[in-house]
Amino acid sequence: MQVELNAQERSTLLARLTRGELPDARGRFGPFGGRYAPETLVPALERLAEGAAQYLRDPTFQAELGLELRDWVGRPTPLTHAPTLSRHWGADVWLKREDLAHTGAHKINNALGQALLAKRLGAERIIAETGAGQHGVATAAACARVGICCTVYMGAVDVRRQAPNVERMVQLGAQVVPVKGGDQTLRAAIDEAFRDWVSDPVKAYYLLGSAVGPHPYPWLVRELQSVIGREARAQSLEKIGRLPDVAVACVGGGSNSIGLFHPLVGDAGIQLLGIEAGGRGAGLGDNAATLATGRPGVLHGTYSMLLQDREGQVQETHSVSAGLDYPGVGPEHSLLQAIGRVSYESATDDEALDALRECCSSEGILPAIESSHALAGARRWAAKNPGKVILIGLSGRGDKDMPTLSQVFGGARKIIEASADG
Amino acid sequence: MAESTGKAARRAELPHERISAAIRAANEAGQPALVPYITAGYPDKDRFIDTLRAIAREGDVVEVGVPFSDPMADGVTIQRASHAAIAAGVSLRWILAELTAAGELDAPIVLMSYLNPLLNYGYNALAEASLAAGVSGFIVPDLPYEEGDELRAALEKRGIALIQLVTPVTPAHRLTELCAASRGFVYAVTIAGITGGGRELPPTVTEYLDRVRGSTTLPVCAGFGVRRADQVKSLGRHAAGCVVGSALVEELEAGRDPVAFLRGLRAPG
Repeated sequence: MQVELNAQERSTLLARLTRGELPDARGRFGPFGGRYAPETLVPALERLAEGAAQYLRDPTFQAELGLELRDWVGRPTPLTHAPTLSRHWGADVWLKREDLAHTGAHKINNALGQALLAKRLGAERIIAETGAGQHGVATAAACARVGICCTVYMGAVDVRRQAPNVERMVQLGAQVVPVKGGDQTLRAAIDEAFRDWVSDPVKAYYLLGSAVGPHPYPWLVRELQSVIGREARAQSLEKIGRLPDVAVACVGGGSNSIGLFHPLVGDAGIQLLGIEAGGRGAGLGDNAATLATGRPGVLHGTYSMLLQDREGQVQETHSVSAGLDYPGVGPEHSLLQAIGRVSYESATDDEALDALRECCSSEGILPAIESSHALAGARRWAAKNPGKVILIGLSGRGDKDMPTLSQVFGGARKIIEASADG
Repeated sequence: MAESTGKAARRAELPHERISAAIRAANEAGQPALVPYITAGYPDKDRFIDTLRAIAREGDVVEVGVPFSDPMADGVTIQRASHAAIAAGVSLRWILAELTAAGELDAPIVLMSYLNPLLNYGYNALAEASLAAGVSGFIVPDLPYEEGDELRAALEKRGIALIQLVTPVTPAHRLTELCAASRGFVYAVTIAGITGGGRELPPTVTEYLDRVRGSTTLPVCAGFGVRRADQVKSLGRHAAGCVVGSALVEELEAGRDPVAFLRGLRAPG
């Protein structure tokens, strides 16, 4: 049941995507996308689609969003040259620094935009899900900023491995609800957030954090994250004097990558490379490499590539990074793969952690484990394509990953033990 | 008289008409129809058909849940049942094989499934296998009307119902559209929420059910959060029947007799 497109269909879809015609009125990116939601949510999704289309075109709304992005989020984020990585890899490496955005990741671009939208649409409370905790923190901060209360659902496994972010959310005034059902990670958190919304579809606004979900979310999130790619494109022309040969980003649900890729899709000279979580390896349940090994299916309201077993049950996933630990992927990525515009590969846990260390010691930048997948993929690409200009979406910072990093590397533990011995 | 009975019998040969006929028969006997729900193969996979047979003798239509890993419209009871059933090896393929082997039951069977297992099976193969298994209809909680054309066409060709859900927040124009598209019955979700709610049903539910009833010639069955005889009785004044799911699953989980529970729901009083 693979989606096969012929050459004609592929070029037509690429042209339509470049012209801004996708998703279509039904929320379709070619064969992918759509709105597979419980009937209770259909009117709410229609109101959201209409409201979002209205306000995203509204100059007053855009002016307010632009000001907040500049003065509160700190945009534009820098495009930083990475001289040591460039030397190591035999390439010219540039990092788009979403780790320097307020709250430490690209998630804030979407959270702020949607929180402002929710306020305009008269919502009384905001619901969000979170995996790594970055979207939860961004949503909690944005809700505090615009003055609306917020509930964040987070899988119990993620609560443990991303403890610093739980505390941040609490300090920012959010109610954090650990989800003990299902696989206790991002996917279960999304299930639970939907259940809350189904129970309160009129007053609650569901602030979905990735480019997944029923229409209009994949479109809305992409529009709000495209600021990454627009800035990076302009900064490349200004600082490098040309566009990069390749742009690389990590892909879980796919919000930072779609934000980087979407504005570059029309630049035929730029290769686009998405890196999924290869986890422990290729075995079923050992990774979250949806585009590499999935089949089309419906999860969380959208028809897209999906890790599922032969009976259509959604597969458990594994990744060292909570933010990529998701069995689905945004429908626009499925389209970009089907039309051959973006190549998708994966990086294993070990490759990502290795790239994280290299980035720390080479550039003095601690990337999130998620973003480290992009670094690992870029390094591999550089080895095959020497002397090229590489743009990497550094989607977030790694401070939140301390519990995992301490466990894996034990750097601090050794020092603490040594100090106790002395 | 004889002629009209004969016509009704012939008409009732189509699977989706078997559903509406069963509900109307209960109403004609002076009762609201009872539509019990069980998650297939839960809590005991080996006793699935025995349990189903017993429940089909009490219920007028029986809803059989196909377990799914991500039941986002369901409360804790059906989530728990779904995950346990999947772990025990229950699948759509298995359910259809069991139903085929079981032969005719005393009530029409409706499968309640999230879309992905159906999509994965393939719509035409599914419609064929469902016909062979004696399945009369489907309820798909994450398939809104607009996305349902392909499945609806495959089922319609075999006379199998795709039962539409409507909710208290469904706008008037949409309600008309959904009712027109439905077959078998119209599933009126009583509350904006998930299955199994322990809350009292809101007083507005009667006005809402009357509104749904006024939008369709099909029988209307009320579901979500229905668990007691007094609810069945009061809802029965505004709907043709009631779906009882989580409460029945909880009885089965506790090892109690489902037949006694279902009889109790229709007890006068």
